[in-house]
Amino acid sequence: MDISDLLNIADQERQSQTAFRIRCCVAAGCVATNSLAVKENLQMAITAAEMADTVQVCGVGCMRLCSRAPLVAVDQVTPAKPSLLYETVTLDQVPTVVATLPSAPASRSGAVPLQQGDLTHPFFTHQRSIVLENTGLIDPERIEAYIAMGGYRSLYHVLREMTPTEVVDTMTRSGLRGRGGAGYPTGLKWAMVAKAIADRKFVVCNADEGDPGAFMDRSVLEGDPHRVLEGMAIAAYAVGATQGYIYIRAEYPLAIQRLHIAIRQAQRMGLLGSHIFDSPFDFRIDLRTGAGAYVCGEETALMASIEGKRGIPSPRPPYPAERGLWGFPTLINNVETFANVCPIIRNGAEWFASIGTEKSKGTKVFAIAGAIRNTGLIEVPMGTPLREIVEDMGGGVSDGGTAKAVQTGGPAGGCIPASAFDTPVDYESLTQLGSIMGSGGMIVMDQQTNMVDIARYFMEFCRDESCGKCIPCRAGTVQMHQLLSKICEGKAAPADLHLLEELCDMVKHTSLCGLGQSAPSPVLSTLRHFQDDYLALIHPE
Amino acid sequence: MAVKTLIIDDQLISALEEETLLQAAQAAGIHIPTLCYLEGISEVGACRLCLVEIAGSSKLHPACVTKVAEGMSVRTQSDRLQKYRRLIIEMLFAEGNHICAVCVANGHCELQQLAMDLGMDHVTLEYQFPNRLVDLSHDRFGMDHNRCVLCTRCIRVCDELEGAHIWDMAGRGTRSQVITDLNQPWGTSPTCTSCGKCVAACPTGAIFHQGSTVGEMVHERTRIEFIVNARQNHQWQF
Repeated sequence: MDISDLLNIADQERQSQTAFRIRCCVAAGCVATNSLAVKENLQMAITAAEMADTVQVCGVGCMRLCSRAPLVAVDQVTPAKPSLLYETVTLDQVPTVVATLPSAPASRSGAVPLQQGDLTHPFFTHQRSIVLENTGLIDPERIEAYIAMGGYRSLYHVLREMTPTEVVDTMTRSGLRGRGGAGYPTGLKWAMVAKAIADRKFVVCNADEGDPGAFMDRSVLEGDPHRVLEGMAIAAYAVGATQGYIYIRAEYPLAIQRLHIAIRQAQRMGLLGSHIFDSPFDFRIDLRTGAGAYVCGEETALMASIEGKRGIPSPRPPYPAERGLWGFPTLINNVETFANVCPIIRNGAEWFASIGTEKSKGTKVFAIAGAIRNTGLIEVPMGTPLREIVEDMGGGVSDGGTAKAVQTGGPAGGCIPASAFDTPVDYESLTQLGSIMGSGGMIVMDQQTNMVDIARYFMEFCRDESCGKCIPCRAGTVQMHQLLSKICEGKAAPADLHLLEELCDMVKHTSLCGLGQSAPSPVLSTLRHFQDDYLALIHPE
Repeated sequence: MAVKTLIIDDQLISALEEETLLQAAQAAGIHIPTLCYLEGISEVGACRLCLVEIAGSSKLHPACVTKVAEGMSVRTQSDRLQKYRRLIIEMLFAEGNHICAVCVANGHCELQQLAMDLGMDHVTLEYQFPNRLVDLSHDRFGMDHNRCVLCTRCIRVCDELEGAHIWDMAGRGTRSQVITDLNQPWGTSPTCTSCGKCVAACPTGAIFHQGSTVGEMVHERTRIEFIVNARQNHQWQF
């Protein structure tokens, strides 16, 4: 494989494009609403109408507006015209979709009308796609489609034109921070692993996305898996690793399947494996699937799980960058972090650093869900106010009421009250409000929501997912959950609230890993912003 | 061998570079409460009782796995630490079924001792009264899960000192329990050498000699100490 081969593939792919293209979303959300059958029927209808020369039907990754699944888009490629989006497409609407195409035979009567989506809605226009630039546009199961969008050219550029130090330096200058939640500067992490002296090094992609309501990483893997592979390969070159692992939860069978296909295709083309692009650089990627434990998203537990051990965290230091997988220096980044690598290499660190806020650069993908009109996947520049996300893009609360709060960061995060919706979304601002950026789950709650109940739900989650190794998390989450239940049932006295606060403080400061340390966060943040919800349920002595 | 100088509880201490805070403190006669830690086997940092404050760090650090550093200033006792420790012990009492008055280890129990040291004289938290089993299938030893604090000492001592690794952990969270082999009755284990190191290592009366009555079981640690001494100092006498 050489650059000319890569460009040839891209050319061929572009030449094979037809005048029209029908994109069907085949990400998990749409698949669950029968989009695979819609796609198949569309393909059959196109073939039956003898339009296959001018119309292409392809499955693509997430098209964002998951609340209107399944989604189908029609593109006019030549001459280029704005695309049309159809929402909640059913099987009996398939003939109507075909009939809208100019080359279709005269439309039959009794066609079921289509529900057309508004692509000029802020939900779409306020998005800024970097991580998701290909998601929803290309067929994730064809490497040629990725190459046609400029795929693997960043890897070529890095291997031929840049030293590992220059790559690390580019990442540092870009200001990219870890998208897994904690926001550690990516360049610093890469530099630490690059500096470590060892016989072997590893690169690990953390795809154990487990926060309730979060599906950003899944969407990236289902919609554009090669981008993550390429990002990992660039990282491996930068830090000097030869083996990579993607640790993905078993609950994502579609993402696993597409990653398998992507890895095989990349290997066959020599884009992974030995002597990539005829350079001395070797890099292999293997998949490791989780067994259903949330705590395995914590990096030390994740590594234990990859090694085949019980997935429980261990004290840090030593950090993975010093002693990781089997004792070797290991770079662990989140899916979205790796997905940001190629654009940074392609467009430069300064370009990336020009997007976002002073301390939080680039964009962030959020999965917005809950009591809101438009739920789905959005990618916005860092610093976008919450209000813009909830009210403009999300279209406000579904029953016409007002939002009470937004939960960010999953069980480790907190609830942000509506009064703070003008806060720009970046790492520091959310932390100040007692929540965290987290991996990007965002759940909108309406006025009917009782915040104590929310806190109880997340505490139950943490209790069930506690690995049981350290006492504060194992026993503390049980006690805190019982106290929250007691408050919810209206059986608690002020002393119980005091005890709850003491337990929160202890668990937060004494737990071994992030799961326990952040388990009290939903309680602490709701106590801070929604104390009335608690007091209303508590009996005076 | 590099030597580090540090301050623990206002006391100037010199320690070897590879020593942990716990080792350095113990050598200086400073007591830090521990439960999962047992000298001679690996540290897991799980019980969180040995957490200490280090000047300049907002976090608490487990003394058993934190290495000494030059100029470090450590505090092993404070109101806050004592409060956390007491609450941790209290949670353990509420979590299992610990009834000292009818326990074989009464008076020789590390959990009981910790409760007394920390002044935990009553439990305000809600007792969980878990439904746990007792395994008496082994002909010499018994395992009472009601008294288990999940410190994993038995697992580590069996794996690291005896080399049999018959103990392991199953389940997660509150449903965690130590198991023998693949969760088979202890007495049916073909790999158990009946060496008794798990009995000696257990901090409570969870693993015990059959036939011992209340308050009778003294944890006989000399054999563990012998092996550790032989390994670490190459001295082979009792």
